[in-house]
Amino acid sequence: MNGTNLMRAIQMYDFYLYELNLYLDTHPTDRKALDLFKKYTEMRTAAYDAYTSKYGPITAEQSSTNERFNWVDDPWPWERSAN
Amino acid sequence: MWAYEKKLQYPVNIKNNNPKLAQAIIDQLGGPDGELAASMRYLNQRYAAPYAQVKGVLTDIGTEELAHLEIVSAILYQLTRNLTIEQIKASGFDTYFVDHTAGIYPAGASGMPFTAAYFQSKGDPVTDLVEDLAADGAARLGRPLKNYRNSYPYYMK
Repeated sequence: MNGTNLMRAIQMYDFYLYELNLYLDTHPTDRKALDLFKKYTEMRTAAYDAYTSKYGPITAEQSSTNERFNWVDDPWPWERSAN
Repeated sequence: MWAYEKKLQYPVNIKNNNPKLAQAIIDQLGGPDGELAASMRYLNQRYAAPYAQVKGVLTDIGTEELAHLEIVSAILYQLTRNLTIEQIKASGFDTYFVDHTAGIYPAGASGMPFTAAYFQSKGDPVTDLVEDLAADGAARLGRPLKNYRNSYPYYMK
């Protein structure tokens, strides 16, 4: 998957996880929702790791090169080329 | 505390600028029922929450509204790139432009700057909840410009 598609995947997983998160806030013992949360967290993590290892950091501490703090690099999220 | 992730919650990639549309959509940034009011409402009200589940919900939805705020700002930013003077005058965007040029400023569609007077925090969870319901109802009603409906999806509320 290229960077844009990986980012789309992360955004989709995050969207689903956030809805599950809100549901679980008020239904913290719902077995089915807990299983879904775990399953999609794992899928999200895989997409997230694939993205950040190749296309740049999503959080500042992932700026891992010695030469350059690439956290600060363009594009930033509101720019068309980031989407 | 909060942590920033360098991504939008939902992608924004707008090919053609449109200052008139921006002038309507800005209501979702700094208007009376916009994302900033929603976020500040929940994040301030949470301290009066009596139960863990309510604290959790208010924290999480108050945080998500900030992600929505960033989506709205990205829409406004992209809609107001590379404007010509003619476009600015003809669209009616000139009134905003005099005050802010194309800077993103939290105001409503009428130009009224954002104010904390848009929301309440009364220290009483039932009173706050009723206020939240009224605000959410107002946010869902806030679509008077039907032509813009497609650019104004329900999940931004």
